[in-house]
Amino acid sequence: MQDAPLIIYADKCTGCSLCLKVCPFAALTLEPRANFDLPESRFKNIAVVNEACTACGACVEACKFEAMAIREIERTGGDDLTAYKGVWAFAEQRDGEIQDVVYELLSKGRELADKLQTELAAVLFGSHMKEKAAELTHWGADKVYLVDDPALAEYSTDNYSSTMADLIEKYKPEVVLAGATSIGRAFIPRVAIKAKTGLTADCTSLEIDDEQKMLLQTRPAFGGNIMATIICPNHRPQMATVRHKVLKKASPDASRSGEVIEEAPTLTQARTKIIEVLHEMGNTVNLAEADIIVSGGRGLGGPENFKMLEELAKELGAAVGASRAAVDADWIPAYHQVGQTGKTVCPKLYIACGISGAIQHLAGMSSSDTIIAINKDPDAPIFDIADIGIVGDIFEIVPMITKCLRDR
Amino acid sequence: MAQMDYGLTETQIEIRDMVREFAQDRVKPVRAELDEKEEFPRELLNELGRMDLMGLYIPEEYGGFGAESMLDFVLAVEELSRVCIGVSVSYAANALGADPILIGGSDEQKKKYLPPLASGEKLAAFALTEPNAGSDAGGIQTTAVKKGDKYILNGTKQWITNGGEADTYTIMAVTDKSKGARGTSFFIVEKGMPGFSFGKKEKKLGIRASATRELIFEDCEVPAENIIGREGMGFILGMKTFDVSRPGIAIQGVGLAQGALDEAVTYARTRHQFGRPVAANQGLQWMLAEMAVKVETARALTYAVCRTLDKGLKDVSKLSAMCKLYATDAAMSVTTDAVQVLGGYGYMREYPVEKMMRDAKILQIYEGTNQIQREVIGLSLIKEYASVK
Amino acid sequence: MHVVVCIKQVPDTGDVKINPETNTLIREGVESIINPFDENALEAALVLKETSGATVTVMTMGPPQAESALRECMARGADDVILLSDRAFAGSDTWATSYALAQGIRTLEQKPDIILFGKQAIDGDTAQVGPGVAEFLDLPVITYVRKLEVEGETVQVERVFEDGYEKMEAPMPVVLTILKEMNVPRMASLRGRMKAKKAEIKTWTAEHIKADPKEIGLQGSPTKVVRIFTPPKKTGGVRIDGSHPLEAARALVEKLKEQKVV
Repeated sequence: MQDAPLIIYADKCTGCSLCLKVCPFAALTLEPRANFDLPESRFKNIAVVNEACTACGACVEACKFEAMAIREIERTGGDDLTAYKGVWAFAEQRDGEIQDVVYELLSKGRELADKLQTELAAVLFGSHMKEKAAELTHWGADKVYLVDDPALAEYSTDNYSSTMADLIEKYKPEVVLAGATSIGRAFIPRVAIKAKTGLTADCTSLEIDDEQKMLLQTRPAFGGNIMATIICPNHRPQMATVRHKVLKKASPDASRSGEVIEEAPTLTQARTKIIEVLHEMGNTVNLAEADIIVSGGRGLGGPENFKMLEELAKELGAAVGASRAAVDADWIPAYHQVGQTGKTVCPKLYIACGISGAIQHLAGMSSSDTIIAINKDPDAPIFDIADIGIVGDIFEIVPMITKCLRDR
Repeated sequence: MAQMDYGLTETQIEIRDMVREFAQDRVKPVRAELDEKEEFPRELLNELGRMDLMGLYIPEEYGGFGAESMLDFVLAVEELSRVCIGVSVSYAANALGADPILIGGSDEQKKKYLPPLASGEKLAAFALTEPNAGSDAGGIQTTAVKKGDKYILNGTKQWITNGGEADTYTIMAVTDKSKGARGTSFFIVEKGMPGFSFGKKEKKLGIRASATRELIFEDCEVPAENIIGREGMGFILGMKTFDVSRPGIAIQGVGLAQGALDEAVTYARTRHQFGRPVAANQGLQWMLAEMAVKVETARALTYAVCRTLDKGLKDVSKLSAMCKLYATDAAMSVTTDAVQVLGGYGYMREYPVEKMMRDAKILQIYEGTNQIQREVIGLSLIKEYASVK
Repeated sequence: MHVVVCIKQVPDTGDVKINPETNTLIREGVESIINPFDENALEAALVLKETSGATVTVMTMGPPQAESALRECMARGADDVILLSDRAFAGSDTWATSYALAQGIRTLEQKPDIILFGKQAIDGDTAQVGPGVAEFLDLPVITYVRKLEVEGETVQVERVFEDGYEKMEAPMPVVLTILKEMNVPRMASLRGRMKAKKAEIKTWTAEHIKADPKEIGLQGSPTKVVRIFTPPKKTGGVRIDGSHPLEAARALVEKLKEQKVV
């Protein structure tokens, strides 16, 4: 077990199995001590760690006998940490429009930069974006690195990742933030590999630790069942993505200004080719962006009853979501699905109709600002996280809500 | 908790597990809708075909899996029935439709008709019942008259499971009126043969996912080579088919009852009244206990009959009738009790037990009513004791 | 055509519960499953096998227990399965995992034309390993693919965005990450299951894939978990009795107005 990231002290382990129960990754098993070359002990079994271990430390905390520890290893090949300065926020644009998540990143980036006593820069790729680049300084950026080139008008994983990696190489920022959007999630991982550094996806909290000035990146794992705080101790930049609406955005300040620095792109022979772009899903489906979501589950009983939800959604200007049960029964297309295997959403208001609240659904919506649950079963788990719970018949109550809103 | 050890083979455990998964994953989410809309589960059967389950006991040389035991098939039916017997009967009826070909068909017939049934590409149905001949198989009136190299079929078959949906039909018809039951024969009739059409689709109390329909033969021309065996073999083929099909009905009862028990226990554990789970009431525990004993008894009997049938013994009607009778009566009683355990919720369509109770009733009726089963058992007993004297 | 599918065995996070007293994760009794999105990737590969005669290889990195996930893939129709297993891999973050898988793919005798991943794994939800492997292998990657067709030496796909999709084309070899929308994963056939039960599972060690010890496991992982905790439990809020629907609806709308939600 010499290579394992977890040390198990054979003299202290009692084989009590407590660690097995808390291990999120099933990386621990109990095996007879006799299988190993171990000194005599009154205990029959010993905990053994396998390859699934992520060194998360859950077992170390749970062990009552101090029989476990995470191996501190000498990490070689790290970067010269002092060479890296500044916080970057990737300013994603689509069709020339700066995405909302960018303002949220700049707001957080400002806070981090102030704490680190360094500067905040926005990084913008696109074509004819000079005006927009200047506007980014109103949102807190001290500098904007603009790569303005027709080849970057449309997103390309190859061009975006090589350009970004080269900019990082040149300017050496210590923190790089990006939106956990379909674009951010596609190219940022490539950048992290190129830069040989760590990347933490979907952070819900970003802080700077007081002592070492390291970025503490906290994110949910396990379908939201646990949270993990992650650091990137020896490599730079420290890279993180954050979902839209997780961070709050500040108000723009038109009096602020900063420097726009133009850079050339690193264009490769683009290997992927866009043939056609189609915007097919209206606001009714764009769950990730919606401020209000009306969602339906098994309790709806059939596809025809989603109409009732659509009416309520129309009244609220909301998007329509669904639980996995409703999607699996083919009542509504999969892109409406909220939950772990569907979309993660955090709207201002989430109305769950006839959804019992399986953990996999809760994982996708529990961070909504206000949750309303309507269900006939008073014991449904959804009520545990609802701000307002109505125990009753959705078929009677939902149309009444629509009516009350209409009359208001 | 330990479960009964029925000494299942590796293959049998595999079959049970995979169908259990299929039933949970694919059937359970749609069963209420299939029932409500009276929709035939063709897609589900196609998938079962791709999983090698439609041709489970069709020999390998005819494209099937070549299961060694009747129990292999019965386990598949049990797991489907645990979730929806509307689906399981459609599945089992396919096997029933293939049975006469398997039992009495020629090699050419087997080569032609069995492979597409084994793959699920085509579906089979078995047709005996008529408006005036149900339990009395001897009273059938559909005729088949030989004319050159064809038989001309005339008559109407009633309440045929998979009717209209199936492609291959095994039809019992009278070839010699003077010989009564011994003057009947089986024919393979394909959908689309001239003179073969379908009547109305029945509206039923339960098993609404299954298709039950009239078959109409008006001077229907069937190639002479489509007769199964020889003229006059109809009755014996029919009886042999029933001998192997009755455990298939019995196991529907076992699965259905198990499904109802699952629902009842789950509900009793989670539903709270007077500040405690309803399962804490002894009166209710006794009900659950009785239900569980019936399910296990029915299962043990049905498995035992299957193993006996595997031995290829003659005169097994008594045994197959016994399991059909016991397991389906058990299903009726257990599903009714399950509705009772769930109380008001049990009566509502949002919970699956009302459907289970509606579905259960047919089991006591089809494939020979339970009254006929008692008669078969009674007569067999008398014969048996007369011969040992 | 050779299609490689990279999968991950994950705990069924839907089954995970939190002990309300200790506020810790209860993992007991939680089944290990194939990451659901990877099942869609495998299905896409099996469809290519049927339509274009592709050979399908499934690769995973994990403990010896991950064998069962590979057997399931084989039962569904994968031609070959490979387990990258070595204690030296333990503690790998997405960087080190991407590296190991890339090394594994390099070790394959037959070079892949298409490498498929599920869009993300449900235990980590990072969606980083697919693009990461593409980077190591210097291959193009298209993420969030909901439709896939092969035309000669290229793939034609539909990539989904937040509010629409793009039709794209890329030359093979290419890395794709697959969405649930693309297909319904098949269930294994009985013959497939019987065959997979008895099959030998190839296990490759770090040495076999010529992995640099400094680039794998904890040592090769730039990130480090410093704390793991259960999120504070949200407590239930106000209850409204729904037995009078109109009154309940009125009360709700009032509350929403108070909170300025509507």
